[in-house]
Parts: sequence; structure tokens; C-alpha cells
Amino acid sequence: MSNPQNINSYRRKFMQGIGVTAAAATLAPGMLLREVQASNKEGYVTDKVRWGMLIDTNKLVEGGQEVVNACKKEHGWGAEAHSNERQKASWVRKVTVTEKTTGYVNQLPVMCQHCETAPCVDVCPTGASMKRADGIVLVNKHICIGCRYCMMACPYKARSFVHESLFDQHADSPRGKGTVESCTMCVHRVDEGKEPACVEASNGAIVFGDLNDPNSNISQKLKAEDGKQIRADLGLNTGVRYQGI
Amino acid sequence: MSNKVIYKEIENNGIGFYGLLGLMGLFIWGGAVAFFTMEHHGHYISGMDNQIVWGMPHIFAIFLIVAASGALNVGSIGTVFGKKVYQPLGRLSGLLATVLLVGGLIILLLDLGRPDHVVEMFKGHLNFKSIFAWNMILYGGFIALVGLYIWTMMDRKAKKYYKPVGFSAFTWRLILTTGTGSIFGFLVARQAYDAAIMAPLFIVLSFSTGLAVFIVVTMATYKMTGRPIGDVILNKLRYLLGIFILGLLLLEATRHLTNLYATEHHAVEAFILDGDNIYTTLFWFGFVLFGSLLPVALVYCRQLINNRTSLFVAALLTIMGGFSLLYVIVIGGQAFPLELFPNAVVTSDSFDGVMNHYSPSMYEVLLGLGGVAVMLALFMVAVKVLRFMPTSLADNVVDPHTK
Repeated sequence: MSNPQNINSYRRKFMQGIGVTAAAATLAPGMLLREVQASNKEGYVTDKVRWGMLIDTNKLVEGGQEVVNACKKEHGWGAEAHSNERQKASWVRKVTVTEKTTGYVNQLPVMCQHCETAPCVDVCPTGASMKRADGIVLVNKHICIGCRYCMMACPYKARSFVHESLFDQHADSPRGKGTVESCTMCVHRVDEGKEPACVEASNGAIVFGDLNDPNSNISQKLKAEDGKQIRADLGLNTGVRYQGI
Repeated sequence: MSNKVIYKEIENNGIGFYGLLGLMGLFIWGGAVAFFTMEHHGHYISGMDNQIVWGMPHIFAIFLIVAASGALNVGSIGTVFGKKVYQPLGRLSGLLATVLLVGGLIILLLDLGRPDHVVEMFKGHLNFKSIFAWNMILYGGFIALVGLYIWTMMDRKAKKYYKPVGFSAFTWRLILTTGTGSIFGFLVARQAYDAAIMAPLFIVLSFSTGLAVFIVVTMATYKMTGRPIGDVILNKLRYLLGIFILGLLLLEATRHLTNLYATEHHAVEAFILDGDNIYTTLFWFGFVLFGSLLPVALVYCRQLINNRTSLFVAALLTIMGGFSLLYVIVIGGQAFPLELFPNAVVTSDSFDGVMNHYSPSMYEVLLGLGGVAVMLALFMVAVKVLRFMPTSLADNVVDPHTK
């Protein structure tokens, strides 16, 4: 027979143990881990501009493959050594669309559409998926927990999860195992006053500019010729528009 | 002999108890190995990819989390609805709800790409537009409230809080499962999701699977500890299980029928209900036939009244059925291609327009089983050190009016 006093003491120790463990688990992260924070560019990015792209699919020489190649070269994705084809990162892809009724075939590059009301930003539990004031949708890798809810929510399948450790990354395009990534609209170039890499490689098929400025090239072109959104029915007000689809 | 309900720690000190605990330890070790291997190499060693982003760990996790809120129902029926027969089961119900949730959350946490970044959430990086962020709070609150609930049942001095805390826990659990269902309810991008009925569907799914887990664990524990359990309480649970399974069938039928009303959803419904794939097989055989109709038959068959084996099997089948349904919802929903251009055939070398294939890796299964083992091990330790289990659930104890 167990002594009731022993049982009580055993129980007390057990509960104390739980308490100490819980306290340690709560406090340890704050004390032990070093905080890493990206540089603060507040004041630099403004909502006075909204960056956007207009893609004329008729002018694309390779149906968007040139866009894919330029993006890969700029950011270094898609060469993951261990991932299979379904796991490899894909920031932009060439999509072939065949109209069911008419049989008309069209090709276009599909990447993050930089939605004004982005579903990925809505669902992200930590706020890692975020929209900059200038409309560029990005992932803050420092607080992305890798839950992939944004990938479930994105209507364009524009996001990739990094399935393995990466080496020799491009300095301007930090990536990380276990986090989600997508087209950054070459934010590192835009912040330096340059155009995204895909725009440069498109031979004029893609126009980049400020959608908020009525005098910008992109705004003028959209006003005169219009541009379509993919899945406009979802009401996401995308920053990437298309002509010829 | 007194008919009073007496709660006592289980006295099992033999090889049976520690052997079983050791077996759970083995599974927990397996889950830990799976986690560290995936953490070290990255998710490329899993069956998940950029097309099927949530896989087997998520099914285990969602199952346990949903069942957690359902397991609390037994206690709530006693507290909120004042059914005295259920009250002796209140402590066990609260305990099981807590350990199920902990098991599920551990799986969810360890499948993350960067579990270490969860620390950031505690530093205030929370997006309150995200149902995931809300769920973090709902899960934490659930464990705290159920802890209080158990305390009001265990401490005579806290008895006066029993009703209000019980009511709060019941309300909280309904909100919690609404939150879990809503993860899928508002994904505009996916044809198979984006239906508000997901929230009530998950609530009823929690009723049936939570009760089924409660029945299996309680019957097994009473059998192994040699404590008596009577037909009165078992038959109450039996018919409750039958009603919950029928309720789940009704909601799931409604979900598909309302989807079928809109022609644009016919393709995704045909994929799930009439496809040449695992999802159709799991839906009709796993969920409908063996996971719902068979257990309902076992529950209501007149020849099987008071037959404990049939109740135990019915509960096991219900668990299998709920798991199958979650597989169909979680994996099947992702396997169906996104619709970029309605009325057009879309192809690419990035798997646009194709039905995505998924086969879970050993690591994902081990991680899921590890979570189940954590839940069972916590349950075993808890009933060993604290007074959760009535020494008897015989008819004359739970219901003095029974002869």
C-alpha cells in the first residue's frame, strides 16, 4: 500500500514540475534568442505610389519564358538540389491557356499579382506576408513560421515553400529554408530607381510604373487600352495587369 | 455499499501500465526523430510540395484538435444541460479534451517550416485578420478554461464556479471549432473550400469524433484498470454517438448538395464524389459506408443492445470515418487544380490544370502518430497521478434510480 503522504508529496512535486517547465518555456525564448530585424525603411516607402506592371502577351517573344529566365537569373530560384519538380521554387511560370469554346491559345507569365486586398496578407498569422505602402507584396522571412496558409489562400499559386537548405544565395534576394517566398517585383531594384529584371528582359512587352500617377506610362496605357486582371471576379485589384488575354 | 461517485488515481503499477507507457514513448521517439530529420533536411524529404502544401501531419493535427473540443461535450452535457448521469465523466472529459488539443498542437507546431519563429508571435507579431492567429488564442484559452473547469470539479471549495466555468468552456469550444472550420471556409482561391458551411460541419465532426475517442479511451481504460462500467452510461454514449454520426452525414450531404446546385462547382464535386482517385474511395467507403453507416447500424441494431464490442467497434469506425473525411477535405481540396481561367484549359510545366498527386512520407506519418502518442501518454500519466477516474461507473453509481 502506498503511504497517502507520499502520494501527496509526489503529486505536489509533479505539479511544481509542470509549473517550472511552463515558466521556463515562456521566459527562455525572450532571454536566450537574439532578435534579428531587417533594416527599417520607414519614410522611404510611401503609399503615394503604387507599383504595377502591364504585360502585353502579344509582344512576348517566348510566351513568357524570357520573363521566367530573367527572374531565375536575378533571384536564383529553381535550382534547388534535392527538391523534386513539384517542390522546387517557382516565382513565375509560363502558362498556356486554351479557350475551351474557340480553341484560341495564349501564353503568359504568371507570378504574384501584388493584389491590393491580398488573401495571403489576410490569412498570415504573424504578419510576415505583408503589403508595402507602395503596393508590393512581400514575405518577411524573419517572422514567417512556414505554415503555408498563404499558399492555400493565393488564387494564383504564386508562392513557393523552400523545401531545403540553400547555398550561394544572391545578395539582394535573401531566401530561407522553411519559409515561403514569391515574386518581390524586384523590390531591391525598384528601391534604387531601377525596373524589375523581367521588365528589362521583356523587350517592351512589360511596362512597369506607378499606377497612382495618372501621367505615368503604365497609367496612360491602361487608360487608353485597358488591361485585364486574372480572376478579376475575386475583386483583388491586382497590381499586375495583362493585355491580349 | 455507498453509491457515491469516488474518484481515485489508477493503481496499475505492473508491466501492463509501464509497457503501454513505454510503447507510447517509442512512438513519441519516432515522432521526434521525424521532426528533427525534417527540420534538418527540410521538407523535401516529405511527400508535401508546392502543390499539396498541407499533408498527413495536418490531417492528424486537425483531427486531434477537432476531437478535443468534441471530447469536452460529455462534460458539457452534465454541466450545461444538467444531465446528472454524465457528471461523473466530467473530469475525464476535460482531461481528454486537453490532451487531445496538446497532441494536435504539437504536430501542427512541429510541421512548421520554422517552428522557432513562433516566438515572434509571443513578441506581438500577430495578424488579427488571420483565423490562424485567432486560433492560437482560442487554443490557449481552451486549455486554460478546461483547466479551470477541471479544478471546479476537483476542488470542493471551487464548486460554486462549476456551472459558470462549464458554460464558458462549452461556449468557447463551439467558437474554437468554428475557428478550425473557418480555416477552410474562406479560401476564395480553392474550389473545394470557400463555403461557410465548413464551420458547422467541423462542429458536428467534432461531436462525433470527440465522442468516439472518448468512448474508445474510456472503455479501454476501465477494462485495463478492472474498474466496473455499467450499461446505463454506455448506452447513453452509444445513442449519442449514433445521433452525432447522423448529424455529420446530414451536414456533409448538405455541403455537397449546395455545391452541386452551382454548375461551376460540378467539376470539383465530380472529382471528389465520382473520380477515379483515392478521394472518391475514401469518401464513399472510408467515410460514408464504413465510417458512418456501419457504426450507425452497430449502434441501432436491436440484436446488439448492451453489446460492448459493437459499441467499441462503432466508435473505432467513427474515428476512421472522421479521419477519412478530413483526408478528402484537406488533401482532395488541394489536389483539384486552381482555376486561373474559367472556360479554358490551363497548362504549364508547374503543374497547372493537373490533378495533383500526394503520397505521404514515413516522416509525416511518424510525426502524426507521435502526436497521438503524446496525447495518450499525457492521459495515462494524468489518471495515474490525479483523481480523474471514478472508481466505478456501474449502473447503481451513475444512476441511483436504476435497479
